[in-house]
Amino acid sequence: MASHVLPFEKPVVELLNRVRELRAQAGEEREIVPELERLEDKARHLARELFSNLTAWQKVQLSRHPSRPYTLDYIERIFTEFQELHGDRAFADDESIIGGFAKFRGKSVMVIGHQKGRGAKENVRRNFGMPHPEGYRKAKRLFELADRFSLPILTFIDTAGAYPGIGAEERGQSEAIGSCLYTMSASHVPIIATIIGEGGSGGALALGVANRVHVLEYGTYSVITPEGCASILYRDGAMAETAAASLRMTARELLNLGVVDFIIGEPPGGAHQDFDAAAKSVESALADGLGALAHLGPTELREHRYRRFRSLGAVIGD
Amino acid sequence: MEWSGSKAPDIDVSEKKSIGKGVFRKCDGCDETMVAEELEKNFEVCPRCGKHHKLRAARWRELLLDEGELDEWDRDLVPGDPLDFKDDKPYPARVAAAQRSSGAQEAFESGAAKIGGMPVAYGSFIFAFMGGSMGSVVGEKITRLFERGTQMQLPVVLLQSSGGARMQEGILSLMQMAKGVAALERHRAARLPFVSVLLHPTTGGVAASFALLGDVNIAEPQALIGFAGARVIETTIRQTLPEGFQRSEFLMAHGMIDRISSRLEMRREISSMLGHMSRGRRSRG
Ligand SMILES: [Zn+2]
Repeated sequence: MASHVLPFEKPVVELLNRVRELRAQAGEEREIVPELERLEDKARHLARELFSNLTAWQKVQLSRHPSRPYTLDYIERIFTEFQELHGDRAFADDESIIGGFAKFRGKSVMVIGHQKGRGAKENVRRNFGMPHPEGYRKAKRLFELADRFSLPILTFIDTAGAYPGIGAEERGQSEAIGSCLYTMSASHVPIIATIIGEGGSGGALALGVANRVHVLEYGTYSVITPEGCASILYRDGAMAETAAASLRMTARELLNLGVVDFIIGEPPGGAHQDFDAAAKSVESALADGLGALAHLGPTELREHRYRRFRSLGAVIGD
Repeated sequence: MEWSGSKAPDIDVSEKKSIGKGVFRKCDGCDETMVAEELEKNFEVCPRCGKHHKLRAARWRELLLDEGELDEWDRDLVPGDPLDFKDDKPYPARVAAAQRSSGAQEAFESGAAKIGGMPVAYGSFIFAFMGGSMGSVVGEKITRLFERGTQMQLPVVLLQSSGGARMQEGILSLMQMAKGVAALERHRAARLPFVSVLLHPTTGGVAASFALLGDVNIAEPQALIGFAGARVIETTIRQTLPEGFQRSEFLMAHGMIDRISSRLEMRREISSMLGHMSRGRRSRG
């Protein structure tokens, strides 16, 4: 599964691979089961130990890991009857944002998320998960659709950012993102956003004005990429590691700042080591989240979201 | 997308030179040298070529508001240091330096005012303060501007000029975009007009939140308005950007703004459109 290996995750990956091999054999050979259990335990331990001391920069790298599960990987595992809906009705269908009807534990919902590509060819089609205005206008259309038919909205955030290009500016990237924020604010249905990988600035926030915001353990959320911050503030792109720490963009720090409400634990070695386990955790957090919002009526949901964002910021005086 | 930081803000873009007794300045548009007072009297618009140089927030008040009067709200809000942020200096020191050099507490001012006799909730970015960047205080003031506008049933007139979200407050700066837009949404739900006045420059997180969501978007000529910075785009697409890219005229050609108006006409423009919108609202009961 994990073909791309980051230097710091190498010992964990090797051990997890060894466990996988052994598990494959274990079906026939009963005598290796105790060894398998011992190894699995060791792998879990090592992963926990190694990953408990990750730097912010290492977490950034994990959040961008090319083997990480993407929105469609979660949709496949968490929802049934997913019917993708295409297009912004004005210009094009932007495949870096996907969305559509689906059933979550038997109930109809609207799912919308950034979608990165797996490999070069799909990445071109998905524009590396960096949307153009038409992607945001599709999202906006689906937010409105969900509101009309009282479907809870579940978003998945995973983008380096909105695409910076000539066409994007010509077609109003700013207005498109602003309109997503506006439409989400106005919505009368429960909205839960889950940051599954990279939460890159305004392009991520455009799917993030939710009643609850969940983040995976190695997900990140930031006003700017550490590289961008480094080149502007420190005038040196190589300072990205320092910038990653300064920006307080990791799950724990986001929780402390009140920007996210819940951290979803990842399987040993990260979500990319076990898609099924990661999806299961995301699913149960969604179920709990929807449960926690169930007592709110349409007007209260809008109010609840307003209060949530209203309280964010560090201001002295009144 | 975000404001950079250490450069001195360009309040007076054009060159100041002492020649003989009077102070002379050279226009950035036509290179013509003129008596500085001539430019100042004309609100920094070149009388020869019409070039709009940057105008301080204080002079915008004088230009737009009846008697130049602003009954200011929330003047004493100052930022915390939620990230304990430090680049070449700690964030609190940077804020203190900006307060000294700009004479303002933060990058935004707002209050009750009148334009052409009509009461409005007025707000303006202060570009001289850290490039008009939006952190928690700016976000809070903008949110309160729309909230007060809603409570007091006033139109909001908001002058945009900002490099975007303020990096030193990290993710909390990003959250201000959502906060401000949510307050705007309530204001609009109350059928109150929002006039967004786009000045040079309006980019990043301010552009990508409320700045282009006016009932009417009106810009100064030649203002830089856009989501991504030119350098970022050029590195991404490895292509030189076309002439006039992300300028007011480009945005109007692409359908993103309603009007481009000379600064000297702005007061009349705004009061006229407010008149139209208040009439429409009344007739609906
Ligand atoms: Zn001139």
